[in-house]
Amino acid sequence: MIHLQNIEKVYRTSTIETLALNNINLNIRKGEFVSIMGPSGCGKSTLLNVMGLLDEPSKGTVEIDGQAVTQYRDKELAQLRNQKIGFIFQSFHLINDLSVLDNVEIPLLYRSANGRPRQEYAKDALMKVGLSNRMKHFPKQLSGGQKQRVAIARAIVGNPDIILADEPTGNLDSAMGNEIMNILQQLNNDGATIVMVTHDEQMAKRTHRLVRLFDGTQVL
Amino acid sequence: MKERQVTVHNFPPHSALRSFTHSLFRSLIMLTNYIKIAWKVLLRHPFYTFITLFGISLTLTVLMVLTSFLDHLVGTHYPEMKRDRSLYLMLMVQRDSAHTGRSSGPMSFKFLTNYAKTLKTPERVTIFSAFNSSNAYVGSQKIKLKTKFTDADFWQVMDFKFLEGKPYNEQNIANGDYVVVITDDFRKQYFSDATESVIGKDVDIENIHYKVIGVVKGSPVTRPVTCADVYFPYTAPKSNYQRDGMRGGFMSILLARDKSDLPAINEEFQSRISQIPLPGVENGYKYTTLEVKSEPYAENFIGQIIDGGPGLKAILFGVIGFILFMLLGLPAINLVNVNVSRIMERGSEIGVRKAFGAPVRTLVWQFIIENIFITFIGGAIALLLTSIVIYFINSSGWIAYADLTINLSVFLISILVCLIFGFLSGVLPALRMSKLTIAEALKS
Repeated sequence: MIHLQNIEKVYRTSTIETLALNNINLNIRKGEFVSIMGPSGCGKSTLLNVMGLLDEPSKGTVEIDGQAVTQYRDKELAQLRNQKIGFIFQSFHLINDLSVLDNVEIPLLYRSANGRPRQEYAKDALMKVGLSNRMKHFPKQLSGGQKQRVAIARAIVGNPDIILADEPTGNLDSAMGNEIMNILQQLNNDGATIVMVTHDEQMAKRTHRLVRLFDGTQVL
Repeated sequence: MKERQVTVHNFPPHSALRSFTHSLFRSLIMLTNYIKIAWKVLLRHPFYTFITLFGISLTLTVLMVLTSFLDHLVGTHYPEMKRDRSLYLMLMVQRDSAHTGRSSGPMSFKFLTNYAKTLKTPERVTIFSAFNSSNAYVGSQKIKLKTKFTDADFWQVMDFKFLEGKPYNEQNIANGDYVVVITDDFRKQYFSDATESVIGKDVDIENIHYKVIGVVKGSPVTRPVTCADVYFPYTAPKSNYQRDGMRGGFMSILLARDKSDLPAINEEFQSRISQIPLPGVENGYKYTTLEVKSEPYAENFIGQIIDGGPGLKAILFGVIGFILFMLLGLPAINLVNVNVSRIMERGSEIGVRKAFGAPVRTLVWQFIIENIFITFIGGAIALLLTSIVIYFINSSGWIAYADLTINLSVFLISILVCLIFGFLSGVLPALRMSKLTIAEALKS
């Protein structure tokens, strides 16, 4: 489902060059639930960003569902992200000015769906994460766990094949974190391919496979 | 691991019409979403919002009031309702051979009778004086008056509203009748009983008795061709209509049957003027060239300002440039700055939208639409402010008979200018934002 070959990511400033990812080769199969672990600053989030087409690698090729994206332009990348990938971020990244329902609808805004079904899909997604009673609320009125559930609903509303989660439980207490993990496992059981960055060994143990990074290099 | 049934929520169109309806509906939803966000963003930072809206609405208000005033000065308004098919003969310019000096001013009645009144191409030609000053007395109270001498055609070329009575005609002029047309303002000042008709009553101006023959609604002082308190037939005392020579105190309007006749009228008049023998002497001044422009009112108005010589011209254009910069440039720069910070602080939103499939172009449009929405709010406030300012100018008596209006085209042009602001001030920050990678945007 996701194929990374010889991925290298270098951050350059006028004075310094930082190698964030070094020769990463990774193949994630359809329906897999993979966790990425490693110390802070080892390149976990960078790797996830490259997989999710949020950042360009300095070298190497990325294939999503058999499509090599190296030559893709902004519009094509946007379309691919929209159709294939859902994102969950540690700090939720909800738009505070929009209601929960409007936030969840965002991925569908960039598809050719009309208003009513879009709302129906957003409501379905919210129901799946147990937040159907908070549709009209605004993010500021929600707890951390609820915000992350909204973020999950937003990630799954477009029914993407891949879900990329960057420390989805990082800002939550353990009970809330477990709840979020249960939802992710359920999504995986329903067929979604999930890649999750985490610091938490317990959470990582609940996934199919663990990828470990150290200083930008894959060590496991 | 289970195989998964993938359902992408797309709606393949069954027909062109359905496809069109879908895309229209989608655009509307997007627009609502953008406007909803724009509104929330406005509420989020009241101070930024105040600065932005203040800039837009103040610019628009000043633009609209200025253009409304300009329109009041040179547009077609009461009682000069035929300005669009009139040529104005306001000034004769005589220059000496060295072009070092010039003498200019209105013309004599005789000159205009010979060279304008006898033209074949106009529908009608009127001759009238510039306004003069006189005094009238009610008991011991002095009333300062603006007076004007006109021919009978003046009342045909102009569209004065007669509140009572009628204008004087050729017969009154031929008979040398001592009759006058007065304005409603003067009627109110001179005759204490406003309910009774004043037609046939006497007014005493500079110790001469005149009979009131008509009362008109007055013309504002900003229209010097028609503005006066009292209108006399040109044969009335002190008009100097029999004065010899080419210069005097009179001007003329050549009224065309149709706008398209104006070039022909101008040509005929200029051909007459070119037959005047040169060089000549007027009041001891030797001139070798003579010029009388016959031009539309707006051109004449602007020409009089510009004719002040190259120095005055440079100052005029400098002032106009400065005012335009102040009016348009500063608010635009301010808007760009405010928008840059407003948009850049929304890095997270930009990142999220991009991550979930918004192409850069769509985001750029989002910010442009937001700015246009804000501009429209500014426009609505400006419309209200302009109405208030115009109402104040019209009712303050600052300009008697002022009739400033919000001209629709003025409003639309002002909105267009602001839309350009909105567009430019939205595009620049949006393009800057588009350079951010999604990962960077999400970090901000």
